[in-house]
Amino acid sequence: MPILAFDRVSKYFLRHGGQMLLRDRIRHLFDRRERERFWALRDVSFAIEPGESLAVIGQNGAGKSTLLNIATQLCFPSEGVAQISGRVAGLLELGAGFHPYLTGRENVRINAALLGLSRRQVNQRFDQIVDFAGVGDFIDEPLRTYSTGMSMRLAFAVAVNVDPDILIIDEVLGVGDEAFFAKCFERIMQFRRSGKTLLCVSHDLDSLSILCDQALWLDHGRVARLGPLRQVVQAYRDFSSASTPAGTP
Amino acid sequence: MATQAAAIAHPRPAAMRWRGDLLFLLESLILKDFRIRYRAMSLGVLWSLLNPLIMMGVLTFVFTRVFPNNSRQFPVFVLCGLVPYNFFTIAWISGTTSIIDNASLVKRIPIPREIVPIAAVLSNVVHLSIQILLLFACVWIFGGSTNVHWLWLPLLWFLEIFFVCGLAMITASVNVYLRDTRYIVESANTVLFWLVPIFYGFEAIPARLKEFYQFNPVAALVLCMRDIMLHDSSPHSGTVLKLAGVACVTFVVGLIVFRRGKGAFYEHI
Repeated sequence: MPILAFDRVSKYFLRHGGQMLLRDRIRHLFDRRERERFWALRDVSFAIEPGESLAVIGQNGAGKSTLLNIATQLCFPSEGVAQISGRVAGLLELGAGFHPYLTGRENVRINAALLGLSRRQVNQRFDQIVDFAGVGDFIDEPLRTYSTGMSMRLAFAVAVNVDPDILIIDEVLGVGDEAFFAKCFERIMQFRRSGKTLLCVSHDLDSLSILCDQALWLDHGRVARLGPLRQVVQAYRDFSSASTPAGTP
Repeated sequence: MATQAAAIAHPRPAAMRWRGDLLFLLESLILKDFRIRYRAMSLGVLWSLLNPLIMMGVLTFVFTRVFPNNSRQFPVFVLCGLVPYNFFTIAWISGTTSIIDNASLVKRIPIPREIVPIAAVLSNVVHLSIQILLLFACVWIFGGSTNVHWLWLPLLWFLEIFFVCGLAMITASVNVYLRDTRYIVESANTVLFWLVPIFYGFEAIPARLKEFYQFNPVAALVLCMRDIMLHDSSPHSGTVLKLAGVACVTFVVGLIVFRRGKGAFYEHI
């Protein structure tokens, strides 16, 4: 049984242009014309078995983030079914819920609780998290005194220590310096080897080639190609270089 | 099975799959709110005493010097009205804006979203307990004493908090779709200052409105607190029942409205 399966999933957003005030609602009462729909995903189907890992590639605005948000159940398909079994931890936007006035310690506890850890699990894993992040004594300083790299490292350290069944990585491998990148990469590979599932979005095709075995290429919300990573990436590269005008890098 | 379900146009899962420790999450969110609020203030918790003290002073001045009044315990009388009113207004408005204020959480982590307005309301309870202590101190200073009826207070306050949680769930979800909601709530709070017996007594209300008045949980709580703290008697059972009834109905309606609304929060914030 797949751990994550999309069955003809489509998702549209209404173009309401931020019309959230009473006068807009009243206007819509009298103006019953159907508002324009923007289809972010169209008929997307795929299934990931436990232990497989899937890379999602495509140009900006192709629907990659919408796909990940449906996989984490932050929003729901307009049509079709998305089935998820197991705990999903997203590195969608690292450090959601981080607050600059709170110390690193306080932020770690809140973030871990948000990601689903219990009090006991947080206490057990706290040292491990701080150690992984490598922030040292700064853990009791307010987050606003951290450098960008440090707070990203802290956020990443919490997320990988949540021990999810599916780890979702959205373009976050650029955090931290090279040493930390290597450490993250090693942690993710370790995660892979333990038979967990990975769902990655990145424009860094080389990293994806190491992390994932399957790939899904999205083009304007539709599946352009789905299959073994090497073939899909090759097709995507050919397509990209063909559509880039000569002379531009 | 999957293909059958696919035929439904807008499938919405009944509950989001979030596995975790709800109580620990609730506690973390309440503590977060509390810490952020007080870490940015030099006088910290003292601020929550200052506001009711100033209001009590002003109202006492007006209603003992400007309008003659022979009640010695007037400050206690006023505080019995102000403390529930203050809690209600602050908790309701912070609950109402909680989903929008925490957009970064709601859009990124699939926590059960009911917890967001409830945590916002509960984080004001810390603030409230400080004000209740102030009220106790005033009772003692102005010659009152504790009595067995004080045992009613935890139940009464529980019902009030329960009521505000329900109300906050309603307005928080409406506020996502209709951003004017917070201004409507603010105006309602201003009106409520006059409609809750804060500086006037229950006796002043016309007889045929009295029954109706008690259906307002804030007014009901004020009446009960005055019975207990000023008249040394137990609260009227009718008033307590109305408070409990309105609180339970509001909470259930709150859950239903919030459940209906939360499916499309993502698209609207």
